[in-house]
Amino acid sequence: MTSSAMPPPATAPEPQRPGAGAPPSSPVAAPLAGPAPAAAAGVPMIAIDQVSKWYGDFQVLTNCTTSVVKGEVVVVCGPSGSGKSTLIKCVNALEPFQKGQITVDGTKVVDRRTNLPQLRSRVGMVFQHFELFPHLSITGNLSLAQRKVLGRGREEAEAKGMALLERVGLKAHAHKFPGQLSGGQQQRVAIARALAMNPVVMLFDEPTSALDPEMVGEVLDVMVELAREGMTMMVVTHEMGFARKVANRVIFMDRGEIVEDARKEDFFGSPRSERAQTFLSKILSH
Amino acid sequence: MNYNWNWGIFFEASPEGTGTYADMLLSGLIWTIVTALCAWVIAFAVGSVIGVMRTLPGRVPQAFGNAYVELFRNVPLLVQMFLWFFVLPEVLPESWGTWLKQMSNAPFYTAVVCLGLFTASRVAEQVRAGIQALPRGQRMAGTALGLTTAQTYRYVLLPNAYRIILPPMTSEFLNNLKNTSVALTIGLLELTARARSMQEFSFQVFEAFTAATLLYILINLVVVTASGLLERRFAVPGR
Repeated sequence: MTSSAMPPPATAPEPQRPGAGAPPSSPVAAPLAGPAPAAAAGVPMIAIDQVSKWYGDFQVLTNCTTSVVKGEVVVVCGPSGSGKSTLIKCVNALEPFQKGQITVDGTKVVDRRTNLPQLRSRVGMVFQHFELFPHLSITGNLSLAQRKVLGRGREEAEAKGMALLERVGLKAHAHKFPGQLSGGQQQRVAIARALAMNPVVMLFDEPTSALDPEMVGEVLDVMVELAREGMTMMVVTHEMGFARKVANRVIFMDRGEIVEDARKEDFFGSPRSERAQTFLSKILSH
Repeated sequence: MNYNWNWGIFFEASPEGTGTYADMLLSGLIWTIVTALCAWVIAFAVGSVIGVMRTLPGRVPQAFGNAYVELFRNVPLLVQMFLWFFVLPEVLPESWGTWLKQMSNAPFYTAVVCLGLFTASRVAEQVRAGIQALPRGQRMAGTALGLTTAQTYRYVLLPNAYRIILPPMTSEFLNNLKNTSVALTIGLLELTARARSMQEFSFQVFEAFTAATLLYILINLVVVTASGLLERRFAVPGR
């Protein structure tokens, strides 16, 4: 009985799923399926696979592997110079990398056939120094890429821009120029500009680091709202309050390596690595 | 000094038989202005392309841009005029050389091309400096929004770079205008050439060159004023 019962389980899985042709091709989805709550659906929006990057002889990224699934908010933190900004800029190929692969919504970043401008247009990015275009009005900033990249008409682009401005609470400033706005306002415009392209994922590169302290809140509020609406987000930041509030996972980087990649509760509760513990004690102590 | 001042000379008939000395100088002024404007069109277009090439990521366009600038910037303008006018027709295949030599208004066309390409090397340097003066993030922001490299230059980088370099570009334009006088050596009858022939015909050297000097200053003041207006017109609010 027992000897005859053994073989069936071994052969059973095969007839059970005859249609699924590619079971071994999703290594990232498997470990996430259990713990991550929102991530349970497990569609990787960003898959970063063994990415390494060098500036000359200096290695800035070493075998970075992680993924962000649809609707997930991942915060990337770590000491300065740890490569977190570089990693996030690799996602939309603003920074080239020499080894590994990144896949965004099914499209490979390193592939001759990939239309990079098209890929980038679907990946919203917010920079530390806002990088609004100073010679264009706020409306112009919001419309430019919509019209030139997505081919929307002027009216459609401006209506979309206006709706997003209202959402970030800056509708009254539409006619102004970037130089006439405060840092916090400029960063909110920058977020609206990225959202105007209907991105499938948003990247934030230290979005509050260049702001006066009293303006950090208004920008974080917009980001929290965005996260709650289900936007897929990868956020490089030192704002641990933001991470606690909306992040699903926290990635800790040091010296170009992903040292810790944990659920938020685990990361803040009991980070496994000593370096992450030291980092946390430094930034949370006061 | 034994000199017979005669400010009335301008209204006397010139030996050319087509009008007064004043008419002669004015015709010179017009050639100066036309040559300067045509040369500037070349300088601005070629200079912008070369300047942009020097800021592109690729090695080949960079090397080409560098070679252009060093070649045209490091050879004296006078030598370049002679090369274009006297040497080029001789080194080209014979039929082309003959065509060049027989072209009517050859000094004008030569001056426009030579001065245009010379000034282009200087414009290229300004354009490059202007683009490099912009924060690195501007290019990234354009790229991240999905703009192509050409679109990023067209809609983001160049509009800002040109605003930054407007004052030095005014200087380049003035240099370009004054450098037209070098073309008298290849026979262009521009303002300086006209002042010289007036001096040779009438011996009124002071009157002739006073008039030329004042005319140069006058058009340059017009240019400076126009540049000021441009600067105000394109000023970015809040900056």
